[in-house]
Amino acid sequence: MRIELEKRPAYSALFSMLSPFIALGLTIIAGAILFTALGKNPIDALYSFFIEPLTELWSLHELLIKAAPLILIAVGLSVCFRSNNWNIGAEGQFIMGGVVGSIVPIYFHEWNSFIVLPLMLIMGMIGGALYAGIPALLKTRFNTNEILSSLMLVYVAELFLDWLVRGPWRNPEGFNFPESRSFNDSAVLPELFPASGGANMGIIFALIATLLTWFMMRHMLKGFEVSVLGQSARAGRFAGFSSTKMIFFAFLFSGALAGLAGISEVSGAIGRLQPDISPAYGFTAIIVAFLGRLNPLGIFAAGIILALTYLGGEAAQISIGLPDKVARVFQGFLLFFVLACDTLIHYRVRLVTAVKARTEGEGAS
Amino acid sequence: MTDQQPGHGNCLLEVRGLTKVFGELRANDGIDLEIKSNEIHALLGENGAGKSTLVKMLFGSLEPTSGQIFWKDKPVRITSPGQARALGIGMVFQHFSLFEALTVAENIALSMDQDVSIEGIAEQAAVLSREYGLPLDPHAHVADLSVGERQRIEIVRTLLQNPELIILDEPTSVLTPQEADRLFETLAKIRAEGRSVLYISHRLEEVQRICDRATVLRHGKLTGACDPRLETPASLARMMVGSEVKSVSNAGGTITDEILIETRNLSAPARTPFAVALKDVNLKVRRGEIIGIAGVAGNGQSELFDVLSGEETVPDADDVRICGTSVGRMGISERRLLGAGFVPEERHGHAAVSDMTLSQNMVLARHHSDADVFLTGGPLKIIRYDAVKKASERIVREMDVRMSGEDPVASSLSGGNLQKFIVGRELDRQPSVLIVNQPTWGVDAGAASRIRQALIDLAESGSAVVVISQDLDEIFEVATSIAVLNEGALSEAEPASMMTLERIGLLMGGIHGEDTKVEAQHAH
Repeated sequence: MRIELEKRPAYSALFSMLSPFIALGLTIIAGAILFTALGKNPIDALYSFFIEPLTELWSLHELLIKAAPLILIAVGLSVCFRSNNWNIGAEGQFIMGGVVGSIVPIYFHEWNSFIVLPLMLIMGMIGGALYAGIPALLKTRFNTNEILSSLMLVYVAELFLDWLVRGPWRNPEGFNFPESRSFNDSAVLPELFPASGGANMGIIFALIATLLTWFMMRHMLKGFEVSVLGQSARAGRFAGFSSTKMIFFAFLFSGALAGLAGISEVSGAIGRLQPDISPAYGFTAIIVAFLGRLNPLGIFAAGIILALTYLGGEAAQISIGLPDKVARVFQGFLLFFVLACDTLIHYRVRLVTAVKARTEGEGAS
Repeated sequence: MTDQQPGHGNCLLEVRGLTKVFGELRANDGIDLEIKSNEIHALLGENGAGKSTLVKMLFGSLEPTSGQIFWKDKPVRITSPGQARALGIGMVFQHFSLFEALTVAENIALSMDQDVSIEGIAEQAAVLSREYGLPLDPHAHVADLSVGERQRIEIVRTLLQNPELIILDEPTSVLTPQEADRLFETLAKIRAEGRSVLYISHRLEEVQRICDRATVLRHGKLTGACDPRLETPASLARMMVGSEVKSVSNAGGTITDEILIETRNLSAPARTPFAVALKDVNLKVRRGEIIGIAGVAGNGQSELFDVLSGEETVPDADDVRICGTSVGRMGISERRLLGAGFVPEERHGHAAVSDMTLSQNMVLARHHSDADVFLTGGPLKIIRYDAVKKASERIVREMDVRMSGEDPVASSLSGGNLQKFIVGRELDRQPSVLIVNQPTWGVDAGAASRIRQALIDLAESGSAVVVISQDLDEIFEVATSIAVLNEGALSEAEPASMMTLERIGLLMGGIHGEDTKVEAQHAH
């Protein structure tokens, strides 16, 4: 016996809209089962995971700090995914954005000027974009599968950063800790409301990127081009659009936003380079992009929800003594349920028995 | 046919009240059909009349919603193609399922239920192909064979199962006239052996020529059963279409000497192993002229369309000229700016994006040529959907596009209506050059005559038109001169009035692949 997916002749628009919410509901139910199995009271656990982080002002700031990179990356990825280019390496582009953006504050660590920060941000975007340009180049020149090449480049970026902060960029006054110099004040992203918490300008960048990308996809010919080429390369060619240029546009665009997220995180939340600058933001952002239905406005909301799982993971560690890997489990649940809901809305499951499968196999021959 | 008791006469297959419902659509609605032993039975109907649905139910690939099938007077439920074959029903599909990289014998072996050695099959196939006049080299690779030869593989493969009923789905749509004649001889032999044939077609003259009886479908319903030889083409057409199809009037405009489309010794290598290379194509189309390019599918039609439209460019700019400008290296958008319009063969995923609305599909083809109306905001290129909608409403009105809702997605339109929109989208610009590939493929007769008339009117108003088509009736209906594309080479265009079917058939290469086959046999 095997399981087959059969395309539904028509699918429900209502369920299609509700799908992310159904997925969230199912994630919470699965979470409750998980907590029960671990011997915790599911209500308490869910409360400390999902509600507690929202009850205090400082943790709301933390929420924005975590949400900003997720949204920035996911908004870029949404354009890439819509054009049918599968950039899985945003994590690497995030890291390279952080690295390239840090060149100025590390080599010119005594330079105090209002121009330092904009320069860092621009260099971060360029770093991320160029790094994303590698899989684009490989895809257009050698027809390489971009999923594999972009994913593998993540590990290259991680090791490169590791080597930098242990080697040439290690802080000479840092007692041999694997860290760069701390950035000076003019290289640190300003906080929004310093009185109440640490949320920085990153979330503003995320908001601007969301609105501009939404406008582009909704109203501009460029957005139309992205959708056309994503749905049919042949029709795109008929329209006079170039698939090759689109591959570069999509990768450079998403790479630049991931790079911006990277340098914002390094400059705003960390203040220096260290071996580990991202709790897998680049991968989680893939979930954010799909949970937000590849729509920038939806992604903004989805980014905040996924940021909550990071805080929930920390809270679960502190208040109920579960490992913070629980957060990753939740993220996994969520992606699984989002994809499953979308699939089941468009397809129905059919069980094919062995006998029937055999005769049908003959029929196909 | 009201009696519920079957079994009178010598029916091989009988169908009572067969119905198939897809959602809201009754694709087949209470169909009755009787196929006697020893006859060639025609199933007539336009595209979308429900012929394929009926046949799929007979062959077990679809299950009927209601109704009963009798095989030799016994009620049967056919739930799979395997079961249909076991009963003695064989089918030759319109779209072949062959592996191009394998040989003929290997392809046949793949479809056999029993284990037989490839050599054994090759021998059997050779015997059968001799008996039935289907010349075929069992060791040839499918990729090297013409469409007609590929069809022979399918027929031989079906005959190897020794069926009593053979279903042929639109077999001549891919054949030259000569190849079709050969097929008819084979069918006569099959009938002479006491087998029956269910012959699906929408070509009236061949049905009249070879079929003993005909069943006609329209919109999923039975509209007639008759002896086609006692009918006239007009009376058969009425049963198929329901009303008189408006005939196309071709007054013939004035043709001037001004050449609007020209290719000079245009050659283009094949881009994939299975594509066709264009060889020294010389084409001149003057103002007011419609050139029909005939040819069997897969002889370079889409390749020619691509280089004319600019979806593929050529290194030498002078190889293609549109309105006096050398455009060989220009893309499709720049060629559109010169006043050219293009209608590709494939509607879904080429001429239109299926999941996009009509107005979005309007932007698809005209964002560059109509930028001053459709776009605003300078370099931001903001799409003005109000202006786009107005234009697409204009086309819907002009071309009588039937649709549900105000601005539906392209996939919700029927083939004919979407094609009317796609052709209208180009006509609305009043292009001075129009290049169309298979303009009425899979389109109902009403829409087809409307589209053909529009092409003629465009030429009469002073444009140059190229119609690439496999439908010879269509070519004769619209073209002022006719050229034939065969294996990537284009014959010289000759005035339509001087052309005959035989002449076109010869230019198409007569019976395809005959020479190469002889060579192959020598080689063995």
